[in-house]
Amino acid sequence: MYNQENCKFAATHEWAYIENGVATVGISDHAQHEISDIVFVELPKIGTKVEQGKSCCVIESVKSASDIYAPVSGEIVEVNQAAADNPSIVNQAPHGDGWLFKIKMSNPDEVKNLLSFEDYKAKI
Amino acid sequence: MSDNLRKTPLYDACLKAGGRMVDFHGWLLPVQYESIIAEHKAVRNTAGLFDVSHMGQIIFKGEDAFKLLQNIATNNFKQEPGAGAYAHILDDNGGIIDDIIAFCLNPNEFLLVVNSATRFKDYNWFVKKSAGYKVEVTDVSDNYAMLALQGPKALDILENLIPQIKEIARFHIKQDKIFDASVYITRTGYTGEDGVEIMGSAETINKLFDWCLANGFTPCGLGARDVLRLEAGYLLSGSDMDESRNPYEASCGWVVKLKKAEDFTAKAKMAAVKEVGVKEKWTGFILQSAGVAREGCLIFKDGKQIGKLTSATFSPLFKGICAGYAPADLEEGAIVEIEVRGRKIPAKKIKMPFYKNRV
Repeated sequence: MYNQENCKFAATHEWAYIENGVATVGISDHAQHEISDIVFVELPKIGTKVEQGKSCCVIESVKSASDIYAPVSGEIVEVNQAAADNPSIVNQAPHGDGWLFKIKMSNPDEVKNLLSFEDYKAKI
Repeated sequence: MSDNLRKTPLYDACLKAGGRMVDFHGWLLPVQYESIIAEHKAVRNTAGLFDVSHMGQIIFKGEDAFKLLQNIATNNFKQEPGAGAYAHILDDNGGIIDDIIAFCLNPNEFLLVVNSATRFKDYNWFVKKSAGYKVEVTDVSDNYAMLALQGPKALDILENLIPQIKEIARFHIKQDKIFDASVYITRTGYTGEDGVEIMGSAETINKLFDWCLANGFTPCGLGARDVLRLEAGYLLSGSDMDESRNPYEASCGWVVKLKKAEDFTAKAKMAAVKEVGVKEKWTGFILQSAGVAREGCLIFKDGKQIGKLTSATFSPLFKGICAGYAPADLEEGAIVEIEVRGRKIPAKKIKMPFYKNRV
């Protein structure tokens, strides 16, 4: 299963756990702390084509809306309905039950544009 | 953040308590501590503490102090030590310069608490309007730190420090002593809960901040304050009203006392507005499906744009709440649509406030 160490990170604070050509995506613990009090998650629709670095999901806190960018390109194949039903789990478990969606990757080479946890940690 | 932001006398205390500081009209203030939702809950259920030292204080002093206040403000004040009231300050066209609370300290001296963003505009306006009056208008804002102590348990806790605090009536002021120093205590707030606001020296209010934290108050930031005030139906000066709106449009007709003996700025205009009625009013809506609207979102009815939100947030009590200017004849319970990032969310018009005042 995924944890911070075995995930890749986008500079925009999303993580991706890559297994069998599918990226499971969520936001980093740092991001959930900064966003704080998540009250609404607008998930992408299954089947949507997403592009690395483009917004594909919105997280709303009490104060503001935050765009969530696709860390890799591909097609949305699964979404975490539990995060939409109970957005606070994204705060409580950003690297676990609070994952957001899964992308079937169209260009696995893009992973090289992502950061290791160590490198991400150094940037924040 | 920019170096020329101002710090309140409680800046270090807020930071030490875990405040996340942001630029609020040039002031560094905590937007939140641990969680806006937890802070909101603390104020609705127990007691919360807010640094509101950025608020302005202006004194009218002299034999015409009362006359000036009556002439520049819409409400009908009393020349009775301790008494206070909320009012709007209008420009000559009847547009709202600011909303204030003013208190009678003694028959010839009044304290006006004004918004921070409008403090200098207010002061200049008062000085201009005081020409020919026997009154001295002084901005004393820099002499005061100020805490808002709000919530159903706030006074119970404060009674241990200030035994007679519950004797202060709603919208009244009392000069008192805490930690051997003089303070002003007002039975007012911006949350829809009972509570007080206390003004005093930086040193005294810092001591009070520490005492409150040690005695069960939760430190709260601007984020929670905005949710609480919108739930309570309180306008935010500069967002929900400004010189382009009059008090009737702002759904605050009750603060315009056309029957008071004195003339006041734009009184005749306000009488005419009341007679004719307004086309648009500040109106509250609750979203009917998931989502959070924001200030500036457009309001639609039957596909046609009918207004724009001036305040909107997520309320832990009511979910998506918002308010803005919409046609005055829109019926209570009417369903409109609010466009949030390209998506139209149904919303129901409610009778303000969202949260019924306990106070």
